[in-house]
Amino acid sequence: MQRTANPSTAVRFRPGPPIKDFNIMSKFPCIVGASDFPLQDRGKAKEGNTELTIQRYCAQKALEQAGLNFSDVNGIAVAGMWGVPGPGIMQPNVLTEYLGIKNPRWLEGTNIGGSTFLLHVNHACQAIEAGICDTVLILYGSMQKSKMLRSLGNRLAIYSNQFEVVAGLPLPVGAYAMAAQRHMHTFGSTKETLAEIAVATRAWATMNSNAAFQDPLTMEEAMSSRIITSPLHRSDCCLVTDGGGALVLTSHEKSKNLKTNPIYIRGYGETNSHSSINYMPNLERLEIAEFSSSNAYKMSKLSPKNMDLTMIYDSFTITVLLTLEAIGACGPGEGKDFVKDGNIAPGGSFPLNTNGGGLSYCHPGMYGIFTIIEATQQLWGLCGERQLDDPQNAICHGTGGVLSSASTLILSKEKN
Amino acid sequence: MINKPTPVIDADSRQYWEGAKSKKLMMQYNKNSNEYFLYSSSLGGIKHNENIEWKEVSGRGEIYSFTLVHAPAGEAFKDDIPYIVALITLEEGARIISNIIIEEGEKISIGDRVTVHFEKYSEELTIPKFKLVK
Repeated sequence: MQRTANPSTAVRFRPGPPIKDFNIMSKFPCIVGASDFPLQDRGKAKEGNTELTIQRYCAQKALEQAGLNFSDVNGIAVAGMWGVPGPGIMQPNVLTEYLGIKNPRWLEGTNIGGSTFLLHVNHACQAIEAGICDTVLILYGSMQKSKMLRSLGNRLAIYSNQFEVVAGLPLPVGAYAMAAQRHMHTFGSTKETLAEIAVATRAWATMNSNAAFQDPLTMEEAMSSRIITSPLHRSDCCLVTDGGGALVLTSHEKSKNLKTNPIYIRGYGETNSHSSINYMPNLERLEIAEFSSSNAYKMSKLSPKNMDLTMIYDSFTITVLLTLEAIGACGPGEGKDFVKDGNIAPGGSFPLNTNGGGLSYCHPGMYGIFTIIEATQQLWGLCGERQLDDPQNAICHGTGGVLSSASTLILSKEKN
Repeated sequence: MINKPTPVIDADSRQYWEGAKSKKLMMQYNKNSNEYFLYSSSLGGIKHNENIEWKEVSGRGEIYSFTLVHAPAGEAFKDDIPYIVALITLEEGARIISNIIIEEGEKISIGDRVTVHFEKYSEELTIPKFKLVK
């Protein structure tokens, strides 16, 4: 077959070498508050709540943990999918008004999908480093389950997405399915590989009293669950729930007078490569996560082997497999062996998604903030039955869109 | 019955959809780099005034990846399940996303060779889809 261009180079990811000279951490930005939202009835907020009451609840909890008040907040970051068209387009304005934040000096409302809140933390670190603000509230809330807002269709056939919408690709799951198909073809992973991830994640969820699904899941149940779009089954897909969360960030100096032990952000990274799955460089490798995490490791002067906990945004089981291989938990193509034999389950050697993840705990649409909340609470030692044995360092990694955007955080109990 | 989504045709897709009406598969071509692309380019940036033209391509390519859809993208696709959506790498190097139409009993795999097949929906819309090369 004649070719004029090599298909493997038809779409390329070229972010350049990792960023140099990361020695900008002088104020040691840290997390001093982290709260999620209580759910009931398979992931619903109690009746009477709104996206705003959810965020107020979480913000208040997170501030109280630190011994702070709304009046201390001088930076705010928020994103979500509610209230559009309408005020939801400008969420920082809505939340500043609703919470009565009087003098915000730093605002952030970027939305790059589910990885957004990790990116908000990155940017909050930069703002704290620059001395622009010293108490940042990062917020998220969603009522997507109660309001029945999710559908695999109803996307507009516009811009670069017009071709896939016309073709009837269910979104976002169809895009992830094509990545899974490609990964299986290239590296020999199987539907058992993906089921192992779903089963291990559920095993963690059995120890989270706030999780939507707390009954154990067997390999047989996972593999015989309904096929959604090949090769992904129901058990490979995240839940649809309500939910929300809040984080409070400050500087090392300011944290000295607060009630919680600061959890330091030792490194971070972010990048993206595409909007439509047609433009993802190589579907079998999450190159954006390789880049984002390598920057985070470099900045932190820590390596994958220093991580006591790994929190990966598990929109789908394939997202976990691709991310494990990209952030150096194992090499490309090695994930299928890495996840075997309970390695990532409770009691295994590699604690992963200990809250039960988006697959079994909650998935309100943009899950990224929960990776940070769980990592912080594990480092604080507050996770009860599922608490790990004195973890020191954790990595959080979020993926947004259709494997489109990446953001990584490395958290630690030690400031350097 | 709910109508299937139709493309909002714009400056970067007009020639593609226009070409399809006369059974031509059209791609953008960058004369400077000798590379083809559809809509967006990840080839390291295309300038607005760069040497771009639309060219008809062979319509031949191979399956880069695919999914057999059982949970349709909304009610409009309900009667079609299961159906195939695939990423196809054309001989000319561009990647596009479309459906692959298979006959009963046919199975598809990554790397299978495919060729374009134009499906007329209305006077205004013909969709380039693909079939396996036998």
